[in-house]
Amino acid sequence: MMLTDNITSYLLIALFLLIIGIYGMVRHRTFIGMLISGEFILNGAALNFMAFNRFLAPDPAVGQIFTLFIMGIAAAEAAVIVSLILMVYNRYRSIDPAEVDDLKH
Amino acid sequence: MNVYQYMAETGFLLFVAMIACGGFVAMRARYLMNAVLGLSLSLLGVGGLFFYLGSQFLALMQILICIGAICIIIAFGIMVGPKPKQEAERRVVGRRNGLLAIIACLAGAFLLFSAIIGTRWTSAPVRSGDFTVKSLGLSLLHQFCLPFELISVLLLVAIIGALIISDLGRGEPGQ
Repeated sequence: MMLTDNITSYLLIALFLLIIGIYGMVRHRTFIGMLISGEFILNGAALNFMAFNRFLAPDPAVGQIFTLFIMGIAAAEAAVIVSLILMVYNRYRSIDPAEVDDLKH
Repeated sequence: MNVYQYMAETGFLLFVAMIACGGFVAMRARYLMNAVLGLSLSLLGVGGLFFYLGSQFLALMQILICIGAICIIIAFGIMVGPKPKQEAERRVVGRRNGLLAIIACLAGAFLLFSAIIGTRWTSAPVRSGDFTVKSLGLSLLHQFCLPFELISVLLLVAIIGALIISDLGRGEPGQ
């Protein structure tokens, strides 16, 4: 039984990353914690793409390029979210998602 | 199996252990900085798995972009941002939320797990085993030229937008 040559092991690791990300997204109390959980989910998706690319796909370049795009979009997303967090902190003096609730009232 | 294959399997298990430890640290950390360190450990493990999946280039890109850029951005966000709330507080959302989160995660994990185990994966009939950086660059500039340009525009817009947004929030506190 070769673990490294089996698509199921990679898919299970990607599933673990997704579950960790969802759990952290629900449990974390700060916007930055939620951003960290989002990075976990994106990396699970990238690992999935690379596993399918290695074992199933006809052209190995496609999955690698898609994974590169996922990384670029994750970097852009992290930059925008961090600047949004700074703006929210300057206005509300808090990065607790439960306290940023002007639209609720 | 010869000794090299055993070494490869051991390295694989090492990377998986890195991913698992980083994930648990990021999930249970009391301080946000520890969560970022757990995230970077986990991303390093994912980069090692990319190496096993046949793409050294993407393993290096994972270290360069994900650890070198994203984790540094998040660390800067923690540093210049809110000081007194760095400690992840436990009181805002109670125990019930955690129970619901565990139930939702277990349900989703069970569904996806049964799907992964139950499926018979069949590969494409004709596959080219060309994992070189040369073929990657060629298809990036021929077949995927438009997405490549679009993502550079997206990065530019994200940089300018981040600068403008972080400048907007300055100077009018407490509104």
